[in-house]
Amino acid sequence: MAKQGLYYDEPIIFEKSIPGRKAYSLPQNDCPAQDLSSLAPYRRKEAAGLPEISELEVVRHFTRISTKNFSVDAGFYPLGSCTMKYNPRLNEAVAKLDGFNGIHPYQPISTMQGSLELMFELAKDLAEITGMDEVTLQPAAGAHGELCGIKLIQAFHEKNGDTKRKKVIIPDSGHGTNPATAAVAGFEVYQIKSTPEGFVDLEELKNACDDTVAAIMLTNPNTLGMFEKDIVEIAKMVHDVGGLLYYDGANTNAIMGYVRPGDMGFDVVHLNLHKTFATPHGGGGPGAGPVGVKAFLKPFLPKPLICYNEKTASYYLEYDCPDSLGRMKTFCGNFAVLVRAYAYIRALGGKGLKNASELAVLNANYMKSCISEFLNAPQAGTCMHEFIVNPANLKDQGVHTSDIAKRIIDFGYHPPTIYFPLIVEEAMMFEPTETESKETMDDFIRVLAAIVDECRTNPEIVKTAPHNAPIDRIDDVKACRELNIRWEKTE
Amino acid sequence: MNYLPATDQDIKEMLEKIGVSSTEELFKHVPSEVRLKRPLNIHAGLSEYEVLRKMTTLSKKNKTTSELVSFLGAGAYQHYQPLLVGQLISRSEFFTAYTPYQAEISQGTLQAIYEYQTCVCEIFGMDVANASVYDGSVALAEAINMATDKKHEVILTTALNPEYTKVVETYCHGYGVKVNIAKHKNGLSPVEVYEPLMSKNVGAIVVQYPNFFGNIDDIKALADFAHANGALLIVATSDVAAMGLLEAPGKLGADIVAAEGMSFVGPLQLSGPSLGMMATTNKLVRKLPGRIIGKTIDSSGNPAFVLTLQAREQHIRREKASSNICSNQGLNALAACITMVTLGKQGLQVMAERSAQKAHYCYQQLLTIPGIEPVFDAPFFDEFLIKLPKDVSYVNKCLLDEGILGGCCLDRFLGYYPELDNVALYCVTELRTKSEIDNLVNKLGVILRG
Repeated sequence: MAKQGLYYDEPIIFEKSIPGRKAYSLPQNDCPAQDLSSLAPYRRKEAAGLPEISELEVVRHFTRISTKNFSVDAGFYPLGSCTMKYNPRLNEAVAKLDGFNGIHPYQPISTMQGSLELMFELAKDLAEITGMDEVTLQPAAGAHGELCGIKLIQAFHEKNGDTKRKKVIIPDSGHGTNPATAAVAGFEVYQIKSTPEGFVDLEELKNACDDTVAAIMLTNPNTLGMFEKDIVEIAKMVHDVGGLLYYDGANTNAIMGYVRPGDMGFDVVHLNLHKTFATPHGGGGPGAGPVGVKAFLKPFLPKPLICYNEKTASYYLEYDCPDSLGRMKTFCGNFAVLVRAYAYIRALGGKGLKNASELAVLNANYMKSCISEFLNAPQAGTCMHEFIVNPANLKDQGVHTSDIAKRIIDFGYHPPTIYFPLIVEEAMMFEPTETESKETMDDFIRVLAAIVDECRTNPEIVKTAPHNAPIDRIDDVKACRELNIRWEKTE
Repeated sequence: MNYLPATDQDIKEMLEKIGVSSTEELFKHVPSEVRLKRPLNIHAGLSEYEVLRKMTTLSKKNKTTSELVSFLGAGAYQHYQPLLVGQLISRSEFFTAYTPYQAEISQGTLQAIYEYQTCVCEIFGMDVANASVYDGSVALAEAINMATDKKHEVILTTALNPEYTKVVETYCHGYGVKVNIAKHKNGLSPVEVYEPLMSKNVGAIVVQYPNFFGNIDDIKALADFAHANGALLIVATSDVAAMGLLEAPGKLGADIVAAEGMSFVGPLQLSGPSLGMMATTNKLVRKLPGRIIGKTIDSSGNPAFVLTLQAREQHIRREKASSNICSNQGLNALAACITMVTLGKQGLQVMAERSAQKAHYCYQQLLTIPGIEPVFDAPFFDEFLIKLPKDVSYVNKCLLDEGILGGCCLDRFLGYYPELDNVALYCVTELRTKSEIDNLVNKLGVILRG
């Protein structure tokens, strides 16, 4: 039954199960019956408790619940650090081309030349964009790329017998994945404080730099949306003590064609194709986290490498890499994501990529100028592709960032990233991206200004928001205390 | 093509508001010595039509299973894909959303993944599951991490997919966990192969089910053995379709299941569409990595879903998190969920039963060819090894000329299986027909006689 208009109270699909219904259509067994008695001791005693549903009911169920999602296609999604730009439909069409689907990873190399060529060319383009020499496409997401990159650095130090390098320096403004990655790779995390402006504190860095440093992990522009102005000096300080520089590429959308991590002095970089290169976020993946390295790190890249043989004019996979760090996953990465990113680069071209970054930065600065008239902007001046504000000016009203975020929902927008970076109290991080129009941003800014007014005139409506969403404010404390993470049959 | 809406007038107005004269000024913080002073060396942009043409041409350099008949498995399987799956996951409400941080406007993704978690629990007979990791091999590495926080060794066997082993070794190097690899015995991993390596330092033993050769181990015996030694049993599965026939690992004492869900996601794409499934017991739920969706209520008391147990995760715990994972394989998990409910209770059984039937028929037929010999005498699901009297790569090249993708040549694992010379790993799923199998047998017979 519809709750309101087209919003349905759609039960868990297991609750719609009726024994005997079916939606599947499987080929018959046209072979002579075989004696499977050897399998008898291993057979399931009870079939898996999957629901029994008709085809229409399956389609209707997922169609109905889909309408409870906010998406880039539905509206403005200024979620900072996530680069929620438009996902071109061209990319969807090419990812579904027949020739890219139905390819087994172990079928002969001669039958997958198109896919290999695509990956080879994509890697070349990404190397050019980042100023690196070699790129692996294997990692499946940003954090996976980070782990690959940090393990490359580890493999390099180990090959040199430099085993005392146990320390990875990370600014306190870094993404949570940075320290988590360093720890998972077996390093000690050495956190350094940022300056009040959000930059690396050179004094702190100096104190951290010694011969136990394996690497520093940096995001530039940093998570406050500011370009690390001392990057050249930082690179020198870390290199001078024998450490390497890792570039967290989450914010690459700010710099394409302007400046390259390789030229800034970084040795390793990961990219998030689902951010910068317009591949869809999929409700939380699949993404892709290619990793670029300077030439001296090539021997350590994960297996296999995608190579080109000029003599035979064909592409092949190289597995014989004795110094390789190993493997980050099976096969070669999230291929369908790579296809989309490749199409995006072909569509934009070198100039178009620079243009995208230019307008991403312009849009962010425009929004920052407007929003800082009614919310507090801790970092003065121009930003890169994203910026931070907070409601420090509304403290007396007892309204928090989370309240404002929930109230934004009522007006048909996705809230910004909230409470990150951790070094700014009550942070709201906005990233409009280059694909949003001025009218969209103007409408949003008007709504946000009106919400700020509400915080003074009617704070209750903000504190109890949302009021127009498919559900009211979520009780996440109950979710943790009374853990219910799967449906169970109740008699 | 650049997808940019800003007109010259818009740009002018925005620059005025910011108080700068050009966009160039916005980049003034970037030190000039590191600036790129030339254009990117990337081809000029193309129109939509041109990109589509170019990509179509590229894609046609591949040969796909729409023209080739595949007998390849070895970690990537071609099973029935309901057409509605591709269409439903193409709803942009699903694919253009991100991680459901704001529960109030993400109930679609959240409910679907809660249902996915339930499906995963049901097929493996486990208590709880997460919202996915990157693939089956990473799921296994993460499972080992869960099991080795106090005891820093794990035991695998050579009957585990060699690519999984490689990934596990790569991850365990960072975890500080010692990976012991036991040799399989006649294509199986009975307790006796683990025994010599078992010690009080072993946190878990791993068994693939069915294993890399397609064979089926005694999971219950391994669980009892692991538990008697204070270790956990991790079961790895690379073809989830097997769960339509085999006893659920949870019912046999498995503590953690790490599986590749690709069979339920979509057509194989050289690499992917991968999906790492993870399921465990209630006891270990707080050690599970990655996103987990929970059911709760909203402020009006209506049922609702939300990301839960976030205190385990990197954005809260930073270096103390249970894993560094952030984005997972969300849309692939949704696809697998839709496949599982479309198959339903009966469909999963039918899929598995027909795969096993056809695989056993194929095996028997192949063994009638003079010169082809069995390799192991163990119960198998839908994959099996055969020994050929000729070089497998050569034979496969000849089969390719006939439009057939022959079984996986174990030589590709560069000396990992020295004892399995001239051996091919064949996979037959429910999609193969009797005539395709008979054709394989005929052609192989001719090639081997020639």
